[in-house]
Amino acid sequence: MKDSAAVSNKKRKTYQQLSYWGKVGRDIATNPVLYLMFLPVVLYYILFCYKPMYGALISFMDYVPGIPFWENEWIGFDNFVRFFNDRNFFRLFKNTLVISFSSIIFGFPAPIILALLLNELKSRTYSRVVQTISYMPHFISIVVICGLIRDFTMNTGVITQFLGIFGFPQVTMLGEPSYFVPLYVISGIWQEIGYGSIIYLAALTNVDQELYEAARIDGANKWKQTIHITFPSITPTIMTMLIMRLGNIMSIGYEKIMLLYNSQIYETSDVISTYVYRVGLLDMDFGYSTAIGLFNSVINLLILLLANKLSYKLTDTGLW
Amino acid sequence: MSKNRIKISIGERIFDVFNVVFLFALMVVCLYPMLYVLFASLSNGVQLMRHIGLLLRPAGFSLSAYEAVARNEMIPTGYVNTIFIVAVGTTVNIFMSALGAYFLARRDQTIGKAAMIFIVITMFFSGGMIPGYLNVRSLGLYNSIWALIFPVALNTFNMIILKTAFMGIPSSLEESAKLDGAGHLTVLFRIFLPLSKATIAVLVLYYGVSHWNSWFNAFMYIQDRALYPLQLVLREILIVNDTNSMLNVSVDVEQIADTIKYAVVIVATVPILVLYPFLQKYFVKGVMIGAVKG
Repeated sequence: MKDSAAVSNKKRKTYQQLSYWGKVGRDIATNPVLYLMFLPVVLYYILFCYKPMYGALISFMDYVPGIPFWENEWIGFDNFVRFFNDRNFFRLFKNTLVISFSSIIFGFPAPIILALLLNELKSRTYSRVVQTISYMPHFISIVVICGLIRDFTMNTGVITQFLGIFGFPQVTMLGEPSYFVPLYVISGIWQEIGYGSIIYLAALTNVDQELYEAARIDGANKWKQTIHITFPSITPTIMTMLIMRLGNIMSIGYEKIMLLYNSQIYETSDVISTYVYRVGLLDMDFGYSTAIGLFNSVINLLILLLANKLSYKLTDTGLW
Repeated sequence: MSKNRIKISIGERIFDVFNVVFLFALMVVCLYPMLYVLFASLSNGVQLMRHIGLLLRPAGFSLSAYEAVARNEMIPTGYVNTIFIVAVGTTVNIFMSALGAYFLARRDQTIGKAAMIFIVITMFFSGGMIPGYLNVRSLGLYNSIWALIFPVALNTFNMIILKTAFMGIPSSLEESAKLDGAGHLTVLFRIFLPLSKATIAVLVLYYGVSHWNSWFNAFMYIQDRALYPLQLVLREILIVNDTNSMLNVSVDVEQIADTIKYAVVIVATVPILVLYPFLQKYFVKGVMIGAVKG
């Protein structure tokens, strides 16, 4: 703090005269305990974040586990080229985009709509009860949720039987490629609609109530008020959430897919990250699978940057 | 929200009614699956198999599924491992987040900005699944319970939430403590942490639930069945459909296989569901705190 600068004033150079690293050095010298306390955190990031990033270099290698890292042969972009020529490439790319975009198109607006509906409720108590109950699925573990989805959608499952009343075919849905995406998206909405609405509800409580008064005096009905006041006021929140969501386009919830899919429906359910798992951990093809993963995260990052830029142009809000 | 004292039009009336009904339906949809599981777990296996459609109460009544679950040794093993992971993991998480947040909350360190960048980069880019796996192996953590704790010792987002809370603490408090001879450790653990109780509660919950629900790391890193956390045991029973081999029992398991599954779900989910109503407000608070930071 200030006193530390005052102490260091008496030394040869004043703090301001020091170079960047000189300043850092003096900071450490004046507050060694502070830096010792921060050390575990730095170590964590180096060991578990930066070291794996460095390890991702094996995507440019013909990596053989067991021999020293640097003695592996460099093969440039061969692994990436191999992925583009992989007979599964098109299917993986298509599925990743289809599942992701369907989740966004149907899943993203759902919590916003729920928040708007909750906001219109006259009874506070009722609103709170709806909220409490709709958040619940978010806290049930993904293993349990997927176990239940599998069970309920079997040919003898409760959901299949229930839909049978409306003439729905009595089949095991997860054995049919065409049902996978709807199942994934709808169960995703079920899981997240309540929890996702919290942030929009928070934004809605910050809307200036006088705006509504003024609009009502001008004769605007509820619908017009929603379009012209409510919606614009929560646009920044919506945009921030949308950019974050877009930044994750390529990294869809592979844990959920891994718990739901089977080789019968790879055609619609196998995505890049599940393929990385199979190629990497089941076939032990480390260099190749790392390359696929890297390709995936680079695209992710590009989309995030693009979405952020676009959002600035359109709405003047963004992540940074 | 009683902002409407003026006359309500018919259209708005209809909307209000529709709204109440729709949200009621939503509640039913969110709640019913768990109710179904509860009813099914208490049902008689044979009667459940014959039953078609929704259950509004147990089909017959039998506790044999719960008896079968009680005889299984993997579920207690999973429970013990998971409780260990949640307890130790969350403690490590809070400790690490506090250390990180304490440093990052200071404005007087030249390297502060660079440190922040060093950390935020990891939110946008990571080595990926396979390098992470190889890293755990090379650190000798493979097939050790610590592989489920150290690689997730810190969550950057949560640490930033705590940092924001620390920055809201008046610096005069720290300065006067320093004048009384308090060092950084004392300031952090005696002043900052007690003053951020609400945020800490949120983080304990976030970290705790994520440890409780996590299965994929264990799936990748744990080979020894004695180290399986609960979710991995659940995966075997629910996903791999391994009820028979799991339950080494001589009775006619076939008949109650389905009810066993549901009983397992209840046994594994009850702790969260029982705590849930009490914890819910903290989760909401957490989302708000996170939202402020953006």
